[in-house]
Amino acid sequence: MCRVVDLQQAVLAKNDERARALREELTARGTVVVNLLSSPGSGKTALLEAELTLAAARGVPVAALTADLATEHDAQRLSRAGVPVKQVLTDGLCHLEADMLRGHLEGWLPDGVRLLFVENVGNLVCPATYDLGESLRVVLASVTEGEDKPLKYPTAFGLAQLVIVTKDDIADAVGFDEEEFRANVRQVNPGVEVVCTSARRDRGVGLLLERAEAVAAGAETHRPVMARTGGPGADAHVHGHTHAHAPSVTLPYGAAGASGSAPVQAHLSDVPVRSHP
Amino acid sequence: MHEMSIAVAMVEQVTEATGDVGSGTVSAVRLQLGELSGVVPDSLHFCFSLACTGTALEGSELLVDHVPGRARCLPCGAQWATGMPPQLCCPRCEGGRAELVSGRELQIVGVRWSGDEPRADARPESVPANEES
Repeated sequence: MCRVVDLQQAVLAKNDERARALREELTARGTVVVNLLSSPGSGKTALLEAELTLAAARGVPVAALTADLATEHDAQRLSRAGVPVKQVLTDGLCHLEADMLRGHLEGWLPDGVRLLFVENVGNLVCPATYDLGESLRVVLASVTEGEDKPLKYPTAFGLAQLVIVTKDDIADAVGFDEEEFRANVRQVNPGVEVVCTSARRDRGVGLLLERAEAVAAGAETHRPVMARTGGPGADAHVHGHTHAHAPSVTLPYGAAGASGSAPVQAHLSDVPVRSHP
Repeated sequence: MHEMSIAVAMVEQVTEATGDVGSGTVSAVRLQLGELSGVVPDSLHFCFSLACTGTALEGSELLVDHVPGRARCLPCGAQWATGMPPQLCCPRCEGGRAELVSGRELQIVGVRWSGDEPRADARPESVPANEES
């Protein structure tokens, strides 16, 4: 006999649940996580070092965890700020997941840390999919990477709550068109704040720290369109024709086989549609 | 290459979810994959076949239902296909207060389970047109 077990399981549900639990636990002990994503070489370590140094000078209790495939170079650089720093070596893995972060924090994260900066693996693809339990997600791009970076990596930029342009001191030299970059960010993430910085020239340094402190103080964060899926209710509405009835039922194969994307499209075709230009 | 992590998560979830069904093997897993999910289907197919090795899913098919990205503007009510890269500003009122109707799905929606019969007999006679094997 051949049967179909009809499921409704988000593949990332476990990570999302563990991220949510970690966020709640850390928030309860007064720590807020800031997740930093960027391409390799975009300058996030340089900016983070400057921000950590500033935090130490201001007496803000911060710590940093930095992930790389190999070497402890970044931890050595960040340690110069005089704050707790931990290097995580992923041995080739391209991203961090919530459980990994939890494991690395256990026994290390000092009490009283208000802001924990997590420098994710340099990669704009894979880390974008994983919630780490952060309360602020920051995506960085240097002026050398091109104005169309937000369009090439729409998931990363689309889910950002703050976008930081780095190496702004060489923007003119490389012909960086800030307005075009901002327009591209707006296409995938309308309303997100975009700021220009230069760690080398000490321009814009401190803004990341201030935004993170505001979040720790309870300020509302930007909610990207890509993250607004209408919640579980809306999701059930979209898929409700065939799947909202029971979490696990047994059906002949053909019945479930007809429950793919077709009903979703049929539902959407009921509503007036307008194409974007 | 996070597709491998996703494939492993899929195998774990299917194994757990079908654990109470009884003995037998899984012959197919159906996945809804949104246009904006950030997952590459070819890569996922490859990783899925590797992740299934040595499990009750070994040799199973991955059936992918692609879900297009669609957004809806809350203030003006316009709906549109987001495309890729997505247009998430409202094309009618140019506002930034839209929400996604669909497109980020990464959802297991069904598992074909081949009881105690040989897998060759368990394959359905027809496969829906929206499948990608």
